[in-house]
Amino acid sequence: MSSTASPTLPQQPGTPRLDLPPVPLARPGRWLAAALVALLVLWFVWIVFNNPNFQWRVVGKYLFSKEILDGVKLTIELTISAMLIGMTLGLTAALMRLSDNKLLSTAAKGYIVFFRGTPALVQLIFWFNLAALFPRMTLGVPFFGPDLLSIDANAIITPVVAANLGLGLCEGAYMSEIIRAGILSVDPGQREAAAALGLTRAQAMRRIILPQALRVIVPPTGNQIIGMLKLTSLASVISVTELLSAAGLIYTRTYETIPLLIVASIWYVALTGLLTIVQRLIERRLGRSVQDAGPATG
Amino acid sequence: MIEIRDLHKRFGHVEVLKGVDLTVDMGKVVCVIGPSGSGKSTLLRCINHLERPDAGYILVNGHFVGYRVVGDRLHEVRELDLCASRASIGMVFQRFNLFQNMTVLDNVTLAPKLALRVAAADAERKALALLERVGLANKKDRYPNRLSGGEQQRVAIARALAMEPRVMLFDEATSALDPELVGEVLDVMRALARDGMTMVVVTHEIGFAREVADEVVFMDQGVVAERGPPSQVLQAPREARTREFLARLL
Repeated sequence: MSSTASPTLPQQPGTPRLDLPPVPLARPGRWLAAALVALLVLWFVWIVFNNPNFQWRVVGKYLFSKEILDGVKLTIELTISAMLIGMTLGLTAALMRLSDNKLLSTAAKGYIVFFRGTPALVQLIFWFNLAALFPRMTLGVPFFGPDLLSIDANAIITPVVAANLGLGLCEGAYMSEIIRAGILSVDPGQREAAAALGLTRAQAMRRIILPQALRVIVPPTGNQIIGMLKLTSLASVISVTELLSAAGLIYTRTYETIPLLIVASIWYVALTGLLTIVQRLIERRLGRSVQDAGPATG
Repeated sequence: MIEIRDLHKRFGHVEVLKGVDLTVDMGKVVCVIGPSGSGKSTLLRCINHLERPDAGYILVNGHFVGYRVVGDRLHEVRELDLCASRASIGMVFQRFNLFQNMTVLDNVTLAPKLALRVAAADAERKALALLERVGLANKKDRYPNRLSGGEQQRVAIARALAMEPRVMLFDEATSALDPELVGEVLDVMRALARDGMTMVVVTHEIGFAREVADEVVFMDQGVVAERGPPSQVLQAPREARTREFLARLL
């Protein structure tokens, strides 16, 4: 106890076996948590498949029925067209916002504030009822000039057109912010180098800035497309027979509400999964010039 | 060749250039030295109109860059005319600024194809010759981020030369490089000077200035404080602030 001799050394280890990998640390807590989760999942699956009210037979019956498949087709079409409108508007608004001209950038800002600030559902209903505001649509000289063409608004604004307008305009506001962030993420030196070489601003944007901005633009755009896929279900309120409406039309007839909602959900999940795979492939392709960025040579 | 008269440029409240005069004759190499913040980079960037001067004028090859004379006033030119002026002025940046989304070869061929409408095959042949000249023909299919800083800067020089410029501007071309890579870039610049290229070189490489420059310009606080042959400005400066600057550098 009172000894002042040299401190005791830890027990000398034997020579460890270096031909075997070190034994990993045991983590009982982690195992316990994993077992608990597995148990919960099993329990959930057991409940779902043993509850007759889910009516899995009915799900199977309608999963590939013509009505549902038509709905799936319309959902896909609506997603694509609304996204195309959104991306076009988004790119235009982004370029306008980055313009030196105050009027252009303010106009773009106003568009974003308005369409990001109103719910997509409100817009869908608004566009659907456009005929109440403008009973006739005319093509002619603005203000007081003569009309060249005049059509009943209800003939143009069909439910599908209203859905495209509402979803596309809304999407454009979000896409413009994504695209603007992408453009701003590119090193300003790239633009300067292009200018110094005698390229026009448009050439620099198309060949140098936007291709590099894509790396920042693509991942959130993938999210937007997936979001749009599900947002199209809002169009059911203006009687567009997309996937959810198609399911709805059936269950109001047969009262098989839950199985048909499951049918719709299965399709939404499947389409989302497909989009996720496509997104990964595109991201990998875009990342090419960065991913092979190993150590520099020489 | 390059004629700069009474050039003024301010950023907000800071007046960066306070009346700069400079003449660079055909085939001459002018090195611009001076402390940071003295306005030497801004001066260079005014020459190809990356910065727009507030007053004074710049003539390159007898033409105003970015302006034309109408009556007794200067008018801004259309974008395509400005681009045409810039096409004959090559510029090399401190941070290389190679186009990250393109291979080395595409970096060199892009501007000749777009701005000069050179046929793709001709642009490629020329680019390969230039890459050969800077010793990087074997890296033509690499992306810029796979190259060392020195290699990137040599590609950037080849890219500028592909436009067959009549003047080359170097904006601290070696300042962002690791010390052991500075030499390879200076070698390329030295060869270019030997071939008779008209060059304006903003640099901290006093050795390079002493060896290659026909004239050394010392800038301080937005004006040209001293100018002359390197033997005078670098070896026997007349101005106290030139002496001070050189003493701090060595």
